[in-house]
Amino acid sequence: MKNLLYIIALFVMQLQVMAQDDLFDILDNEMPQAKNYVTSTFKGTRILNGHSIENRKKGTLEFVISHRFGRVNLGPEELYGLDQSNIRFAFEYGVFDDLMIGVGRSSFEKTYDGFFKYKVLKQSSGANSLPFSASLFGSVAYRSIDDFEPGKEPSESDRLTYTTQILLARKFSPGFSLQIMPSYIHRNSVKINDDPHDIFAVGIGGRVKLTKRIAVNGEYHYTVNPLASIDAKNSLAFGIDIETGGHVFQIILSNSITMIEKSFITESTDDFFEGDVHLGFNISRAFQFGKHKKRKLDNK
Amino acid sequence: MKSLYIILSLLLFSTVVSHAQEKFLTKQGSVSFFSSAPVEDIKADNNQVLSIINTSNGTIAIAILMKSFMFEKSLMQEHFNENYVESDKYPKATFKGEVLNFDTLNQIEQEVTITGNITIHGVTKTLKTLAKISKTTDVISIQGSFTVKVADFNIEIPSLVVNNIAETIEVRFALDHKPYKK
Repeated sequence: MKNLLYIIALFVMQLQVMAQDDLFDILDNEMPQAKNYVTSTFKGTRILNGHSIENRKKGTLEFVISHRFGRVNLGPEELYGLDQSNIRFAFEYGVFDDLMIGVGRSSFEKTYDGFFKYKVLKQSSGANSLPFSASLFGSVAYRSIDDFEPGKEPSESDRLTYTTQILLARKFSPGFSLQIMPSYIHRNSVKINDDPHDIFAVGIGGRVKLTKRIAVNGEYHYTVNPLASIDAKNSLAFGIDIETGGHVFQIILSNSITMIEKSFITESTDDFFEGDVHLGFNISRAFQFGKHKKRKLDNK
Repeated sequence: MKSLYIILSLLLFSTVVSHAQEKFLTKQGSVSFFSSAPVEDIKADNNQVLSIINTSNGTIAIAILMKSFMFEKSLMQEHFNENYVESDKYPKATFKGEVLNFDTLNQIEQEVTITGNITIHGVTKTLKTLAKISKTTDVISIQGSFTVKVADFNIEIPSLVVNNIAETIEVRFALDHKPYKK
């Protein structure tokens, strides 16, 4: 009987001890099991030349200036290409967190472009996790340069080129992300009959983070049926992302001189490995319009 | 028979103990922080803070999900999570401590000391701060503020934004705990 009492006494004491601690266990149980979306797969809205899976969030207006200089192998007389320059500047805006739109103007062939990018799927962990993100990208480019032969003025619609891309990306780890982007480019008019109106390409891009604020990126596009009227090359680019508080600064080496999809995917003519490399950069400044929305309480 | 009394009294004792160990919990506590620097002021709010008090001994535990801090600028929020507090690696900030003289508290707001350990960005520091607390049978509310040094928690401010982010951050909290039932 005495033994039993001891056991009971011990049991009661133990209960006391157990009940006293682990407030954190209770907190862990009470923590809402919200879906945890993966953020910052890439730093900027561009990997280098082309779009990344990242959108600007709702209410953010970004002013983007991109440059691609002349070929580095032009030598010191042209200051390694810096005397020549292609520029695109653009306003890009987050309509919703998942939808961004933009308009831009490129100096190359005096081209205007408009695009949208919509995030369809978001990589997540936790309940009902998804291993990758997917975005749909569409753009239209209007070539406004008047370089036609006399009497052969193109119609307005002849000047248009459309690009459709599906961006599939996965952040494998905080330091490594990969993106694959099948692309379809349609030209309303072509220079010669052998030029395809519809061009298919597939791109791959990735980033490796070196430090918290610096990452190395690469991007390559393989064109299945390139243009015949020019000596088209696949676009290749390497670059560095440097994050500086309000914006991301990208320094780029690429064989492409243009900054819109229809152009760098299908109209690049320089050979990266022959040294036809262009220095370039993307810089942007973000402005916030309206308050960033408050997250709704998730009482699941 | 005597032993039966002992057993009964022990059982009674144990129920008394568990009653006295009532807990008060909130899942919607708010914690805000402020950084005041020459170039800009930064503020972030988190209204999903979990906090629990054990009323038998005045111990308190708080868990804060870093990703639930909302900033006015979404880019700032992204950078906060990605570069400063590294939310993927350290998803939670926690506090575990004790409200001193908890027994003396009542419905009239009083200023008391809270001491304990705060963990942010994987670094634990001791913290001692004053808080205003009132206690009724329905609610225990705790309010107060304290400051933390960013550098104490191994959070690095790059020289480029040194004028945008303060070295010392003010943290304000307001936690209204309700009786917790399992």
